[in-house]
Amino acid sequence: MINTNNPVYRRRLLVHRAGIALSVGAMAFGLIALLWILATLLVNGVGALSGSMFTATTPAPGSEGGGLWNAIFGSLLMVGLSTLVATPIGILAGIYLAEYGDDNKVAQVTRFVTDIMLSAPSIVIGLFVYALYVANLKHFSGFAGSLALSLIAIPVVVRATDNMLRLVPNSLLEAAYALGTPRWKVSTMVRLRAVKAGVVTGVLLAVARVSGETAPLLFTALNNQFFSADMNQPMANLPVVIYQFAMSPYDNWRALAWGGALLVTFSVLGLNILSRTVFAQNAPK
Amino acid sequence: MSDAVSSAAMHSIMRKQRLQDFIFHKVTMAFALTVLVVLVGIIISLIHGAIPALSHFGPAFITTVEWDPVNDNYGAAIAIVGTLVTSAIALLIAFPVSFGIALFLTEICPVWLRRPLGTAVELLAGVPSIIYGMWGLFVFAPMFGTYVQPLLKATLGQLPWIGVLFSGPTMGIGMVTAGLILAVMIIPFISSVMRDVFEIVPAVLKESAYGLGCTRWEVVRKIVLPYTKTGVVGGVMLGLGRALGETMAVTFVIGNANELSGSLFAPGNSIASTLANEFAEASTPLHVSSLYALALFLFVITFIVLSAAKLMLMGMSRKEGVK
Repeated sequence: MINTNNPVYRRRLLVHRAGIALSVGAMAFGLIALLWILATLLVNGVGALSGSMFTATTPAPGSEGGGLWNAIFGSLLMVGLSTLVATPIGILAGIYLAEYGDDNKVAQVTRFVTDIMLSAPSIVIGLFVYALYVANLKHFSGFAGSLALSLIAIPVVVRATDNMLRLVPNSLLEAAYALGTPRWKVSTMVRLRAVKAGVVTGVLLAVARVSGETAPLLFTALNNQFFSADMNQPMANLPVVIYQFAMSPYDNWRALAWGGALLVTFSVLGLNILSRTVFAQNAPK
Repeated sequence: MSDAVSSAAMHSIMRKQRLQDFIFHKVTMAFALTVLVVLVGIIISLIHGAIPALSHFGPAFITTVEWDPVNDNYGAAIAIVGTLVTSAIALLIAFPVSFGIALFLTEICPVWLRRPLGTAVELLAGVPSIIYGMWGLFVFAPMFGTYVQPLLKATLGQLPWIGVLFSGPTMGIGMVTAGLILAVMIIPFISSVMRDVFEIVPAVLKESAYGLGCTRWEVVRKIVLPYTKTGVVGGVMLGLGRALGETMAVTFVIGNANELSGSLFAPGNSIASTLANEFAEASTPLHVSSLYALALFLFVITFIVLSAAKLMLMGMSRKEGVK
């Protein structure tokens, strides 16, 4: 029988309780931070949500009203284009890593670099695209913005594809090889198809990641006060408009910034949740 | 006769397939190499852009405490110190909190709550950086400046030696606020790595400790943590890599002052926030080039930190295989 009045026992129990309490406190800290941010967005942003936010373009300095239509359109266009570019590149690169990556130096280095690029500072990507594209063509453009976003999205897709493909059981592949199927067919029509949902999740996460990126757009797409569908011109986009409007002295600009922030955050978090629930896939059977 | 024909047909099919496989291999390899090409391109373009500033100022560029666009005189020390200090504050706070969250989610939390709570923490990583900035500037900083900073100043600020860190005007924005916001931003990354490595600890080890009468805290502290040491440090390094390069949130709350102060309450500048503020408006070639040099430093530092993180985590997953 343990003597619960034993000082050693009581001290250990005390330490244990303190540790557990701190751990629960840490969890609460995380949840409070999330809820606080979401509540801030709702309180400040809901007032700005109106029909005109989706129809009117960004207001000029000092003028009343206005909306975010040009910015929303620009963001959709650039994110859409970058997704179209990053998806095939990312998936093919991911296939290479999964198919040929096990005993191949080039593939191992690529995998390593991909993981680093996943966390590399996005503003440096913006600077790179500026040096490569904007400085040479002498003008900011929607294409440059899309390029920067693609470079950020590609590692996300590569990583997701590679990870998912490596979960496919060998027996499935061997069954396909036994039928005389060539490798490219096995890898695209059997292996990739088995983890379709997982790859879609990766693409959705990449879209979510780039939708909120501001830093790489500052020197590439810049901003545009007017509506423009010309990707060769500076292009309005939600994150940069939010940045400029939030720092501005005009009340209606700041209200629009909160409205835009609400829109961006809830779309991004919605995509995150969607990819985790609807397309959730652990391992193919 | 028909055998010969079909075998010839089969050979031609096989030749075709072998060619297809060859092309498939090379095409996918080309796409995989784009990632490497981008990395090399980034390094080359940053070095190319940084050369004028580095050759003009020499090695003293790193240690010069001056960033003066008016007189066209630049040094990287202010931005480098700002980056390191804010990241250090972030790690100091994020490490224990992430550890607590990982501990809660792997050992304490009821199983049915794990997924929703885990997702909630990971959503913190999904919130765009600019939103953290707005929240930090308009909601957190005023509150922090009114209630918390005077308190810190009255207590820690009175201590000898470290008192100077908590002195000066309590404006809400500044280095310590930037560090706090960064902490919230990197918590999901660190805690998610910690969760993953905590889960690979063999159950036998933990059960043996419980069998000896260890408390849950003792099991975590003396079995789980030592076993996953490399992975935990890797996770922290990953968080550090994120914190170093974080731009928008820091730009909002750091105060963007190109000066170095002994106080953590004072506004400062990080490499990323300097870039975000000045690059589009930089006028002289030397200014632009100095900004490229800053970006080069940032990229090299984060690259080293993230490589170290990756290597440690690779060592950890090898351990998982041994289990």
